[in-house]
Amino acid sequence: MSTTNGLIGKSVKRVEDKRFTTGRGNYTDDIILPHQTYASFVRSPYGHAKIISIDTRAAKAMPGVIAIFTGADVADVNGVPCGWQVNFKNGDIMKEPKHPLLVADKARHTGDAVALVIAESKEEAADAVQAINVEYEELPCVVDASKAVQNGAPLVHDDVPGNTCFDWTLGNPIAEVDEAINNSAHVTTLEFVNQRLVPNAIEPRSYNSSYDSAYDRYVLYTSTQNPHLIRLLMCAFVLGIPEHKVRVVGPDVGGGFGSKIFHYTEEALLTWATKKIGRPVKWTSERSESFLLDAHGRDHVTKADMGFDDEGNITALRVKTFANLGAYLSTFASCVPTYLHGTLLQGLYKTPKINVDVTGVFTNTTAVDAYRGAGRPEATYLLERLVDLAAHEMNMDPAELRFKNFIPPFDGVKQPGYQTQVALQYDSGNYEGVLKTGLEMLGYENFRNEQKEAAKNGNLLGVGISTYIEACGIAPSAVVGALGARAGLFEVGQVRVQPTGKVSVYTGSHSHGQGHETTFAQVVADKLGIAMEDVEISHGDTESVAFGMGTYGSRSLAVGGSAIVKSIDKIIEKGKKIAAHKLEASADDMEFADGKFTVKGTDKSVSFGDVALTAYVPHVYPKDLEPGLDFSSFYDPANFTYPFGCHIAVVEVNKETGKVVLKRFVAVDDVGNIINPMIVEGQIHGGIVQGVGQALFEGAEYDDNGQLTNGSYMDYCMPRADDFPMIETATQVTPCPHNPLGVKGAGEAGTIGSTPAVVNAVIDALWSGGHKVKDIRMPLTSERVWTAMQSPNS
Amino acid sequence: MSVKIRVKVNGAEYSHEVEPRLLLVYYLRDVLRLTGTHVGCDTSSCGACAIHLNGKATKSCTILAVQANGCEIATIEGMARNGELHPLQQAFNECHGLQCGFCTPGMIMTAADLLQRNPEPSEGEIRYALEGNFCRCTGYQNIIKSVQYAANKIKEEVIV
Repeated sequence: MSTTNGLIGKSVKRVEDKRFTTGRGNYTDDIILPHQTYASFVRSPYGHAKIISIDTRAAKAMPGVIAIFTGADVADVNGVPCGWQVNFKNGDIMKEPKHPLLVADKARHTGDAVALVIAESKEEAADAVQAINVEYEELPCVVDASKAVQNGAPLVHDDVPGNTCFDWTLGNPIAEVDEAINNSAHVTTLEFVNQRLVPNAIEPRSYNSSYDSAYDRYVLYTSTQNPHLIRLLMCAFVLGIPEHKVRVVGPDVGGGFGSKIFHYTEEALLTWATKKIGRPVKWTSERSESFLLDAHGRDHVTKADMGFDDEGNITALRVKTFANLGAYLSTFASCVPTYLHGTLLQGLYKTPKINVDVTGVFTNTTAVDAYRGAGRPEATYLLERLVDLAAHEMNMDPAELRFKNFIPPFDGVKQPGYQTQVALQYDSGNYEGVLKTGLEMLGYENFRNEQKEAAKNGNLLGVGISTYIEACGIAPSAVVGALGARAGLFEVGQVRVQPTGKVSVYTGSHSHGQGHETTFAQVVADKLGIAMEDVEISHGDTESVAFGMGTYGSRSLAVGGSAIVKSIDKIIEKGKKIAAHKLEASADDMEFADGKFTVKGTDKSVSFGDVALTAYVPHVYPKDLEPGLDFSSFYDPANFTYPFGCHIAVVEVNKETGKVVLKRFVAVDDVGNIINPMIVEGQIHGGIVQGVGQALFEGAEYDDNGQLTNGSYMDYCMPRADDFPMIETATQVTPCPHNPLGVKGAGEAGTIGSTPAVVNAVIDALWSGGHKVKDIRMPLTSERVWTAMQSPNS
Repeated sequence: MSVKIRVKVNGAEYSHEVEPRLLLVYYLRDVLRLTGTHVGCDTSSCGACAIHLNGKATKSCTILAVQANGCEIATIEGMARNGELHPLQQAFNECHGLQCGFCTPGMIMTAADLLQRNPEPSEGEIRYALEGNFCRCTGYQNIIKSVQYAANKIKEEVIV
């Protein structure tokens, strides 16, 4: 199939923008249904507490109160499930304690839901919440994963010994890796924390659920990244209601970053409650609730050793991680620190021996799950901090050490994919290419001279490199099934050509900022040789879209886009038959280009629009062909895709105060073929700022009582406009060899690459001033950097 | 107990009985159904609710509806004039200054206030002016470019 009108590859302005710039977006909280009621929750103020009694009598008598439910009312309802099974090393299945819709026995984290109030107005619901009296007995808390596994630690779930959800390993046998490390000329060891982050999509989660008894049908509006997945989990696993009687709509959604993938208790509880009261129920999270309830990200405690021979070749990598899962197992919590983290520890390097060991641990904290990058930022941070520190320790140039250890370029077509030591096979890559470009853009050699000059004057300048790889385009169903996924990870794309030649596309991908309405329309218009205005992309409604797995893991274009291309192929194939009949030719002799079906080698042709009309007005029509021009396809990818890149940060550290200023940021990303460069660049910018946020500003802090001490925007430091210089970006293109668009995905790259670049830059700045610091705990606040400079070892 | 207020919003007069505790942002969203003004936090930090109150950018979650009695209010819905988008609304599309769109109305209202006060802001002045508006999608870079683009466009229009 030929590219026909050049729309692919153009920075087409977004078609969805106008409704947002004029205030006419339609987010879940904007929806008010007839007879609307409002929900508010009684939430545990304690990190861990037994519920002794709940007195709702006064609240029930308050004005506007319609119903109050407690844990006892939903005791027979299932909890929300986990979608990925990870086994213990001995083969036992991971521990999956119930995550109830309301807790009845004890609260396991601050914010755990104890009672639901439904009232005529938000204010009346909130007033009634205040009037409910709950008697608690406080229990000791554990918030740190490495402490939670120790003997005598408080148990989050009474039936989960050692708070251990699973222990898991991957890679070469540990004895071989131990031996390789022991025989290494140099070993770099790092013990560090990849701190807990709060996703903070600016639209708080919001749900509005209604039940129509006349039709026995439910409608749930939800701020989700994957409406079909929510419907499946809620119907089949939690409420036991028939899936075909439930419509789930994810309308405009104000950012997700992973946090809106998961099936949350409130979605199921409101759907359960709406039938009980016979009226629609709406709940929108307050920001302070979001901090306590939206699944957090990262939170790894890790010890890692990287061995080198006397020439700087990596000999082995050994990793031990305690992954904090929070109080309950969220939808994909178990796969993030395992199959999305351990499998990426090959990085870009030829490391011959790798072993990773991960213990997943329950604590009295908010659940932890996928957050932009999900496991891959943790893997990249680990590798890139180790490589950079090793270069400093061995007195080698960090760029040179990387070049020495890179896997050589391979395109996945003429050269085979690269088989890693940790299960994956990379599709295609040119890793030295992105680092070379990055160093040129930065002016690396000049910078090193500038740094030396600065150091002479007592100023601390640093450069930090990070070269990353990630696994996107999630995922081949058979592969992930073998690894424990309890769902397929294909995508669905329907292309319906209307009689007038206009095209309606229904995709199972969900846009919450990614711009699918533009990018997907570019693909369709390009492939069919028609104007973009003649294509409309619909998503987010289980009623109109056949099925879908949604948007996460940078999968939309690679998987969802490929499903659409598959349907376009079917349209063109059928169109050829219709056109051949009209032109009295053989379908085998037809070709399609520039929006026309032409008899090869002749000027006899018929337009796409003509063929569309004929398909719906089939008066002169092939005998055995069905009317209509409407195809739906399921696309299951052959492999993950593997975007990669190089991020370089330049920082200045104030030696008197420890304050870090980001001076420059250079990013060279290879995300395969690019449909819309403007949108890809926007994704990279946003990802980088989130990743720099982890390095310099963000981090959820719990005290020993399980209180989130910075659970508001007054306390949790969000990256702001005046924290950044202009980011300098470039792209390299190594096409994905196994999907029809050759695309790899760009949604998470920025977040994955940027964090270690910034931390490496700060460490580099300190070394330039003689402070031989190995690690500073993120976020690198002035106080932490200053303290590191004062330490006797530095 | 409720209190009567009169306000002018996007040029139209309104009068309503409201609870004294009703925040202006909820008056706009739930009573007037102007849902372009968003709520992103409960600490007046994120700026998603920014509107113009008597011509000045104001976070509409920081004040009560009763405090706005007698005031003139502009929201994102009132920024287009005679069917033509405000230069900032055009610029955000031109420069890819939005992704999920949730922070966009607040960004545009805050930026419009900046451009009224300072028609030729430097990059640093734009960054500083938008420091109270959070965006989690764009990394701010294309928002800065959008404001620069709009500033140039307004300047050109004035010269013409």
